[in-house]
Amino acid sequence: MMCEEAMIDRDDYAKRVRKERKNRIMIEINFDKISSSIDSNHEEDITRDLKYLSTTHFELPPNSKPGEFLDQVWDHPNAPKPIEMAHGTTTLAFVFNGGVIVAVDSKSTQGSYVASRTVKKVIEITPNLLGTMAGGAADCSFWERELGRRCRLYELRNKELISVAAASKILANIVYSYKGYGLSMGTMITGWDKTGPCLYYVDNDGTRLKGQRFSVGSGSTYAYGVLDSGYKPDLTDQEAQELGRRAVYHATHRDAMSGGFINVYHVKETGWVKISSDDCFKLYQKYYNVKPINDNNNNA
Amino acid sequence: MAYNGGAVIVMTGKNCVAIATDLRFGIQHQTVSNNHPKVYRINDKCFIGISGLVTDAQTLYQKLVFRHNLYKLREERDMTPQVLSNLVGNMLYEKRFGPYFTEPVICGLDTQDKPFISGMDLIGASVYTEDFLLVGTMTPAMYGLCETLYKKDMNEDELFETVSQCMLSSIERDAMSGWGAEVTIITPAKTYKKKLLARQD
Repeated sequence: MMCEEAMIDRDDYAKRVRKERKNRIMIEINFDKISSSIDSNHEEDITRDLKYLSTTHFELPPNSKPGEFLDQVWDHPNAPKPIEMAHGTTTLAFVFNGGVIVAVDSKSTQGSYVASRTVKKVIEITPNLLGTMAGGAADCSFWERELGRRCRLYELRNKELISVAAASKILANIVYSYKGYGLSMGTMITGWDKTGPCLYYVDNDGTRLKGQRFSVGSGSTYAYGVLDSGYKPDLTDQEAQELGRRAVYHATHRDAMSGGFINVYHVKETGWVKISSDDCFKLYQKYYNVKPINDNNNNA
Repeated sequence: MAYNGGAVIVMTGKNCVAIATDLRFGIQHQTVSNNHPKVYRINDKCFIGISGLVTDAQTLYQKLVFRHNLYKLREERDMTPQVLSNLVGNMLYEKRFGPYFTEPVICGLDTQDKPFISGMDLIGASVYTEDFLLVGTMTPAMYGLCETLYKKDMNEDELFETVSQCMLSSIERDAMSGWGAEVTIITPAKTYKKKLLARQD
């Protein structure tokens, strides 16, 4: 049985905190109530718990504007550095006649320190939907997981797959409801539904755009350069996959915060397929035919 | 100091010194060039590695060449690394209240072919060590590895291997440096340079 205090919904909590700050009293936890609810195994308790499980609850700081509050905290001279993983990123997706190509890098940096080279920035939402990760890694992975859950519920309720338009709108509505709370995500939602291959861009401002080509992250400008110059709708599957891979590769070369491995996914009518995961170093050696020189003579 | 990025390592061996540099020149996150060594030759037995703001590194190097040429004309001999180290320290302190944003390391062999390395901060506070020195954007992460791999009295091949491994490992963990590396080995008989194959991301 979960503690009641942790499950109070957001508005109630904010209201209570405001009231209690006025009265300057501590929050009291009613232990009798908790132990009594453990004893009585009533159905209503269980359904109440299930109700809480079906929606997501977060504890909020005792402040009406959490975003501003956080900024103040970080501005404090003794504040710890905010930990934001996957801040530098190159992600791209584009629609062509054969479906959607999604290509991403895998480097995660904290400042100039390379925290990881093997991050999964493509999030497999359902077997038919893919999302990408840019901005806060925690925000992206949590909310796209939550999106996956809601899409699966939709499927069970309606006996058909959710459209990409509807799925991306669920996410856009979620992030919009948290506007000003400091969420950080720039994501692309792709899939193949009744209308054909589909691509949406959703970010933490609540922006939701349908389009043919998108690239997100610090390396996105470099990726757009390659992508736009090589794009046409009638690319073959192989050409399209290679275009995505090359665009991200060149972005990782120019952008210090992107790199590692390049993961390529292809969304087809039957669902998505993971095409490849290539080390940038191997691609560099392949594209430019560079080989290590093995001479032990000290002449250069 | 982290505007352009970069990493330089110097290490001593038995009658030899090695200085390694990465090749990236960037402007914050944008990589502009991948052929920009931060190590400059003063003479065959004396090299200087300058990390930090590249515009100041270039100015400092040009002033240094000028002073070295004057020294050669007056003294009819090359500068020893000790002399160069004092010179750089003084030149940096001259700009005490508007410093060059650079961290130089000096390395070379003295008149008895004994290894010499020294480094200093941006206003010329020198440090002298027997083993190794590092400067650049990833120094905290580099020290542990150098301390682990360093042995006393390595020969030039061992020294090359050690300094190369240190350089390659440290640029792997630093987003602001890398894109290739170059190692210069200074021995009494000859001074030579080797390029290292490295990641380009």
